[in-house]
Amino acid sequence: LALYFHSGEREEKCIIEDVPSDTLVIGNYKVQRWDIHKQDFLESAPGLGMFVTVTTPAAEVLLSKLYGPQGTFSFTSYLSGEHVICLQSNSTRFVAFAGSKLRIHLDIRVGEHFLDESVVQAKDKVNEVNFRLEHLIEQIHHISKEQNYEREREEKFRKTSEETNSNILWWAIVQTLILISIGIWQIKSLRDFFISKKLV
Amino acid sequence: AAGPWGRRLLLLPPPPLLLLALAACAARASEITFELPDNAKQCFYEEIAQGTKCTLEFQVITGGHYDVDCRLEDPDGIVLYKEMKKQYDSFTFTASRNGTYKFCFSNEFSTFTHKTVYFDFQVGEDPPLFPSENRVTALTQMESACVSIHEALKSVIDYQTHFRLREAQGRSRAEDLNTRVAYWSIGEAIILLVVSIGQVFLLKSFFSDKRTTTTRVGS
Repeated sequence: LALYFHSGEREEKCIIEDVPSDTLVIGNYKVQRWDIHKQDFLESAPGLGMFVTVTTPAAEVLLSKLYGPQGTFSFTSYLSGEHVICLQSNSTRFVAFAGSKLRIHLDIRVGEHFLDESVVQAKDKVNEVNFRLEHLIEQIHHISKEQNYEREREEKFRKTSEETNSNILWWAIVQTLILISIGIWQIKSLRDFFISKKLV
Repeated sequence: AAGPWGRRLLLLPPPPLLLLALAACAARASEITFELPDNAKQCFYEEIAQGTKCTLEFQVITGGHYDVDCRLEDPDGIVLYKEMKKQYDSFTFTASRNGTYKFCFSNEFSTFTHKTVYFDFQVGEDPPLFPSENRVTALTQMESACVSIHEALKSVIDYQTHFRLREAQGRSRAEDLNTRVAYWSIGEAIILLVVSIGQVFLLKSFFSDKRTTTTRVGS
């Protein structure tokens, strides 16, 4: 687990994954706590856990579980869209007193399929190629899924743009009508008023 | 950039034990999309071995003027890359020494817009599909075909990711524009009505209660 970032003890850190439907997303994380005495991050922090919450684009909670200081979580999206993965520690210390930092190592993989590396090593050369080809085919399917999702999104984009365009046109017409009718009303109203006041 | 599933794309992810063994020359890629609140700074760290070629690529997807400050430092604190208010950039460097490299995204110049930032940090080159340690002969035709498909698909995925991000950015701008046009239309309609009706009544009020003064001026 290579990439890491720092977080406050009670802070919730979220990342966004925009995935097509029926896609497996796997996350690996490791969390370390800052030790004030040693002035370094502890190798392991027993009792420290992380709440992992995954929210679908429809704002439903797909996954909400408490894991230990190190863990793997996974979920399969059934809707296409932006899923939000949030991590928050289960520390119960008060924020002001704690002032402690957490180091969170995170690794998220989308659409990958785990295959047994040992199987590849064991088999002979012909089957190795076979194996790689099967994996290639799976990955091509993923690309195809992403492309379909991209088509949906582009359609939504186009609809928004066309809606904006027609809104502007409609507004221009309405504005002109309002201006003309208000103008007529103003003149009429003032004329009647002046006539009634015997000024004209 | 390694694309939607960020690892050595078409290679199987090695189980954890093997990862440790390959740690010295492992190719890793991490891509994360996160939200950067206003006036906030978010930093990421990675341990890199000397001589490894790394690439950092980032893009702002939604928010304000779609720009962010980015800064990359080496373990000694020397700034390798620093850009202010950039929408998209890609930076390649070779690690000059072992240690923890740090890169930060800052939205501190913005007062109330959240930004969604995507970055892809690739460390090292992808290992070859068919490693040449135990080879007696050259790659067979099948294997060469596999390798070229692998390379082609890598670039497909690269383009796909770029396109996906650009489309997300474009869509975000279009939605912003749509809301702005809607609000402005309603606002202007209200202002028009209020001002024009108000004008008439104001004018009428000039003439109504000063009746005595106007007759005096007239005669």
